[in-house]
Parts: sequence; structure tokens; C-alpha cells
Amino acid sequence: MMQTIRNIFHFHGGLQLDEHKSISTSKPIQDAPIPSMLVLPLLQHIGQPARPIVNVGDKVLKGQVIAEADGRVSAPVHASSSGTVIAIEPRDVPHASGLKGVCIVIETDGHDNAIATNGLTDFTTVSPDDIRARILESGIVGLGGAGFPSFIKLDPGKFAVETLILNAAECEPYITCDDMLMRERAEDVINGARIMQYALHAKHCIIGIEDNKIDAHAALQQALAGSDDIELVRVPSRYPAGGEKQMIYTLTGKQVPSHTRPLELGIICHNVGTAAAVFRAIMQGEPLVSRTVTLTGSAIPQPRNIQVRIGTPITELLSLCHANEDDIDRIMIGGPMMGFDLPSSDAPVTKTCNCVLATHKRDRIAPQASMPCIRCGECANVCPANLLPQQLYWHARAQEFDHIQDYHLFDCIECGCCDVVCPSHIPLVQFFRFAKTTIWQQERDKEKSDKARVRHEFRLERLEREKQEKRERHNRKKAALKKDSEKGDDPKKAAILAAMKRVQDKKSTAQPKPKNMDNLTAEQQELIKQADKRRADNQTAEKTETDKSS
Amino acid sequence: MIRSTPQVPVTHSVSKLMLHVGYALIPGTAAYVWFFGIGVLVQIALACVTALVTESLVLGLRKRPLAPSLRDGSALVTAVLLALAIPSIAPWWVIVFGTAFAIVFGKQLYGGLGYNPFNPAMLGYVMLLISFPLEMTTWPAIQNGLDAITAATPFDALKTQLGQGVNIPTAIANPEIGQLFGMLAGAGWEVVSLGFLLGGLYLLVTGRIAWQIPVAMLVTLTVLSTVFNLIDPTRYADPLLHLFGGATMLGAFFIATDPVSAATTPRGRLFYGAGIAVFTFVIRSWGGYPEGLAFAVLLMNMAAPTIDHYTRPLAFGERGDKH
Repeated sequence: MMQTIRNIFHFHGGLQLDEHKSISTSKPIQDAPIPSMLVLPLLQHIGQPARPIVNVGDKVLKGQVIAEADGRVSAPVHASSSGTVIAIEPRDVPHASGLKGVCIVIETDGHDNAIATNGLTDFTTVSPDDIRARILESGIVGLGGAGFPSFIKLDPGKFAVETLILNAAECEPYITCDDMLMRERAEDVINGARIMQYALHAKHCIIGIEDNKIDAHAALQQALAGSDDIELVRVPSRYPAGGEKQMIYTLTGKQVPSHTRPLELGIICHNVGTAAAVFRAIMQGEPLVSRTVTLTGSAIPQPRNIQVRIGTPITELLSLCHANEDDIDRIMIGGPMMGFDLPSSDAPVTKTCNCVLATHKRDRIAPQASMPCIRCGECANVCPANLLPQQLYWHARAQEFDHIQDYHLFDCIECGCCDVVCPSHIPLVQFFRFAKTTIWQQERDKEKSDKARVRHEFRLERLEREKQEKRERHNRKKAALKKDSEKGDDPKKAAILAAMKRVQDKKSTAQPKPKNMDNLTAEQQELIKQADKRRADNQTAEKTETDKSS
Repeated sequence: MIRSTPQVPVTHSVSKLMLHVGYALIPGTAAYVWFFGIGVLVQIALACVTALVTESLVLGLRKRPLAPSLRDGSALVTAVLLALAIPSIAPWWVIVFGTAFAIVFGKQLYGGLGYNPFNPAMLGYVMLLISFPLEMTTWPAIQNGLDAITAATPFDALKTQLGQGVNIPTAIANPEIGQLFGMLAGAGWEVVSLGFLLGGLYLLVTGRIAWQIPVAMLVTLTVLSTVFNLIDPTRYADPLLHLFGGATMLGAFFIATDPVSAATTPRGRLFYGAGIAVFTFVIRSWGGYPEGLAFAVLLMNMAAPTIDHYTRPLAFGERGDKH
């Protein structure tokens, strides 16, 4: 085991939040029963939605691909239990926008019949490319919440990967799914990390775990069993320690530059849950059909972690935990800081859904009226991106989108620390999201209008060119005609003359062929010869006469 | 309804902040009352009533809801600070006029809380000082019997003496002047200053004010006054007088720290605090007024946006920015 003490770097700002984690870690992970219906959104990741390859009425098996990856940044969707496809239509999905998304709805048959799986016994017998292909086929995306297709983040491309970081911070209050996963399936995590390291050719692998996860840390240490290929590092429990850039800084002291990916620094960051899913996909051949979800909050009588089939409606989980939906004030997906409200409890668990946080009506936090910003700077003190939220807010409010980018709006990670400390109760992150989406929209519009302008200019140019060419052709013809007439040998006249000459030649050469000339006797031939001679003499005489007379 | 704000209990609020500023003013105000009588309480009461009435009237004219603005407590803090800044024996109309001016011209005409470029209390103070110099420089004497009702403040006395060609040691040796100076820096005033320091430290320790402004201000003022006092002690007052003899403590912890009109970046606040100290020292030492803090604050208010512009902290990841 690597016992060297790694130098830890402290990022600016952040918050010490009440954890509320122990309420959901007292019981082991429970397997949720097969729901009567599975709702599988086509878009559960960042990128292009998957393309359905089943039709309504089709029978499907657990683990069968029902929608395949469409484009490079995409991931397939698998049936998470056996049954019949009953609909492919827009349904409520857990998404911050609150909009509906197209889902494949499966009525389960309860048999949970699965397709045959082919796992590997030794992953080093296949190439990294093969590993990535298997991970793509398994539909694995980042399970920490972002949902970026994992096979892409396991492809170093032209870069040499120095460090693979496994993010086990889980810094948001309430969420404990990674914690429980590490406690119960530490070996999956460790071995998944080894597969990832192999796929990336990464020199080092570090697991960064918040120092409040004592049991998980111990479990990982035990799973490592003395081997030193993976370094286990405790990081201070401070929100947002699990932010990718914050985690990288804490462990390496390197700041990922604005507008670049960690890969460019030779660093790749994956979530521990993703590592466990990679292990199952590669070694057991099992696609991503279930995940660990934390069910917690004051409206849940028995908070705990549940292994849930992807597509299970959240309402079924609530009843599984004996929650009374009438008591619930708010259901959030994700943590209390960066989570978003669920449009309806019919929405399903997706690949990125790590936590269902249901708060009781008695714990309702009344919306606070916003007061003017007094520029106290508390927000800047807690900003982990070291921004000046008070200035960003000022420009966002005034819709000064050029200025706001001078203040590095796009480095805001929307962690919500500024929202929590603002004495004027200004929903700062909402303003920043608004500014970001407006700027993106403006850029898209500009791109569109640029394209349209280029197209229009091209058309004008083409029309002009065609006109020019026509004119030139015309002029050339005219000039050629003029030249010919000047020279005196008009091609038309010449052509006529040539034709007349051809006719003449034909006339003079083409003698009518005498008929019945075959099989003649010598006598007959002699007669013909004589006749020919006579005719020739006559012709000569005629000719001389005409020559004389003319 | 889709909400996306954090589900975390709300703990901070502007009115709470203002309330704690109020608590922090208690020790200094108590000392003020102890040494100079209850006049200051009357001033505070007058100022508060004027502030609330004026704020309500302007909000009514602006057709804005009254309750949120009155409840935030910012008008009251402005009123109390102005009342503490002017002589406690000034006629009633001085504070009424000054407070109304501060609220209307210092705050509401710019759009209310959060939009005023100048510290409203200091704007009111400077207007009063320029308009009513006599009333604004007649200070109460310390209550040690019945012999005097008014007296000069230590800075006032020094300025007068220096103006008459009397140097500082000689002036203080004169018992009539010397009795004004107390143990540290002005009989009575030094204790009032210590009271404000105590309250200021409370705000600092509880994180309710940014440390940069008071620290930069006090350090700069100490360094400047020490250097000049060492160069020529006959012409320049000693650092203790600068720190405890005038409005320094009230200014450093309660006036300069008004976040709305101050610089807002961490580094900018250091420059802002230091700037106030420099201007205060310059006006006290070479200017026409015995006390220069109010002018210094207003001058630095004007500089605050520029300071903020040049002191923006580097964003995370900006150092290797490939923008």
C-alpha cells in the first residue's frame, strides 16, 4: 500500500454543509422489486438521444438493446427487465428543464428473463479498443450525475494520460449511493478502476474520497489488499470537493484551464459508481440496467439506498419506502444544492439519477423575497471558482452579456454556494444559468445568420458568375462570327461548297452497278466489252464536241 | 412549480446583518452617553424617526412597497451612524435635515438600497459640515461637574493651536488644552473609540464585515502617523491620537465597511481601506478640517468601481486560460 502522504491542495471558498448522510447509511442496499412498468428515456446521457430499434408490441429480454447509440456522443439503452414494449412516446422525465422526453415503455412480465452474457475472465486479453467498444455497448455513462458517455472518457486519443482520478467525494448533503456502493462492493470499484486504467494507459490511479466516509475508506483499503497500483487519498469534506475541477486541484494542485478538458493536462476523472458499472460490464458482460439510488429526505420514513432497475417510476420507490406522497413538499433529483425538482413522481429513475430527495411539507423552505444586492461579497468568499458573483449578477441583471464574460461567467460550475450565503436571497445561479443560455442562444442565432448570410452571398455570386459566363460565351461567339466574315471564308458557305463537292464526287465515282453480270459465258463477256468500248468512244466524241462548242 | 434553488435552510439576511450592526454599536454608544450625556440618544431617536418617515415618503412617491425596505434596517443604520457622527449637542433640526438629506439624496434618488455610490451617512454629514460649520463643530464637554457645556475635540484643539504657531508638546503642556487629551487620546473620546473597536471586533469575528477594510485602514493610518510623528513630533500628532482621538474606530468598522459603496473585491478592499486612511491622515494633518474621515470615505467611494475593475481576482483555471 502506498503510504506516502500526498500533499492536499485546498480550493478557494466552498461550504461546510450539514451532511444528513447518516440517515440513509444505516441499512444495506436493498434490491427493488421489478416494477410493473419500465419507462426508459432515449436521452439519459449528454449527447444525441439513442435511436429506438424495437417496435410497440415487441417482446424484449433483460439486457437487450432497445435503442442504439446514434452518433459519436451517444449511448444505447437496454431493457432492464423482460416484457413487452407498449409505447414509444413522450413522458415525464427527470430533467432540470421540466420538459417531456421520448421514452420506450415496457410492460414487464415478471420473469426477468435475461439475454446471454459474455464476460471476460481476464480483461488484459483484449485490447483497450475492445474494452471501449464493450463499454459503449453496455450503455455506461458517467453515473455521478453528468452522464457523459464513458467510452469517450476512456479514450485518451492523442494525449498521454498521467493520472486517472476516481471521484469518491460525494460532497452533496444527503446523497450516499457511492458511499454505500464502496462499502458493499469495494472490489467492483477497485477492479473497475483497474480496467479503466488499462483502457487509458494511465500511469497512476488515485481514488479521492471525502474524509467523512470512514467505512467506505476502510472497505476500499481492504479491497486493495496491500496492492499499491491504486492510491487512496482522503480529501477534506467540504462542498463542492467532488466538483471535477475541484477534485483535480485538491489531488494534484493543477487548475484545469478555462475552456479546456482535464485530458489536456493528462488527467481523467471518473465516478466510483461508473467504475463499478465498468467492472460488471467487462467481467460479467452485464449492461447498465440498474443503479444504486439514495432515497432520502424528511418525507421518507425509512431512508436508504436501493438497487433500482433503470426506468423504474419514482412513485414506486416512494411507496417502497412507505412515503406518503401527500406529505411531500418537494421531490428533488440529486442533492439539495445542485439537484432539480421532479416534474412528477411518474418520471423514472435514469442512469444519472443518484438520489431522490423528498422533503416533508413541514420542512418547507418558504421562497424568500429577493432584496437588492448590497455587494457584501459573501458570495465571492464562498465561490469555488473564485469568481465575483455580485458582479456577475449585476451584469446578468442588466443583460450586459459582453461584460459578464469578462467576469468568467462560463467558469461558474453552478454549485449554489453563493445562493446559500446571499443575505439578500437572490437566486444567483438562476441568473447565471439564464445568462449562459441566452449567450448560447445568441451564438447559435449568430451562427445561423452567418450561415444564411454566407449562403445568400454565395448565391448572389453564383448568379453573377453565371451572368458573366453567359455574356462571355455570347461575346466569344459574336467575335468568332465577325472574324470569319472578315477573313472571307464563311464556314456556312464553305460547308455548302464542301457538301456540293461531295455530291459531285459521289456522282462521278459511283457508277450504277450492272445487273445480271454473274455466271456469264465468255461470249457474253466479249459482247459486254464491245458495248463498253462503244459507249466510251461515244462519250469521248460527245465530250470533244461539247469542249469544242463551249 | 419548478424551483431550482438549493434546499438548504436560509440563515443569512440583510435585516439580520443590520440588526447585528446595531448590537455592535451599543458599547461605543453607551460610553458616549456615559461621558457626554444622553444628548446622543435624543439625536439617535430623532434620526431614526426622520429616516423612517423620509424613506416611507420617497418609497410612496416611487410607488414601491414600504415593508421590505423599512424592514431591512438599512435606513436605521444610516440614521444611527449620522447621529453618532455629529455633535450630540447640535440643534434638533441639524440631525433631521441631515438624515432626510442622506436618505433622499444619498440613497433613494439612486434607486434605494444597493444602488447608492456614496455612503449616505457620510454624504449627510459632509452636507451638514459645509452648510452649518458652527453647529457641526460645537462639541459637548466631558461631564465632570458643571463647569463647561462645550469643548473642543482633541483634533480641533490641536488644529487651532498649530494654526496659532503653538507646537503640539507645548499645547498639551497647557493644562487647559491638556485636560482634553485623557490617558490615550482624548478624555472620554478614547473610551468611546474603544467601545466602537469592541463592537467592530464582534462584527469582524462573526464574519459580518469584511476584514480587509478595517485592517488595511488601521494599519495604514498607524504606519503613516508613526512615520510622520517620528519625523517631527512637534507638528504631527502621535498614532494613538489618530487611532482613538477622532472618528477612526467608528469609521473603520462601521462606516468604511458599508458594502454597498465600498470596493467589493478582496484585494480591492485593501486598497479601499488604505486609501481612506491616507486621505484621512492628509486632511487631518494638512487640510482645512480637523477631522477628514467623512471626506476620505466619499473620495474612496468614487474610486471604488475603478478599484474593483483592476483588482478582479483570477478565476479558477484562468492562469492557463486558452481563451
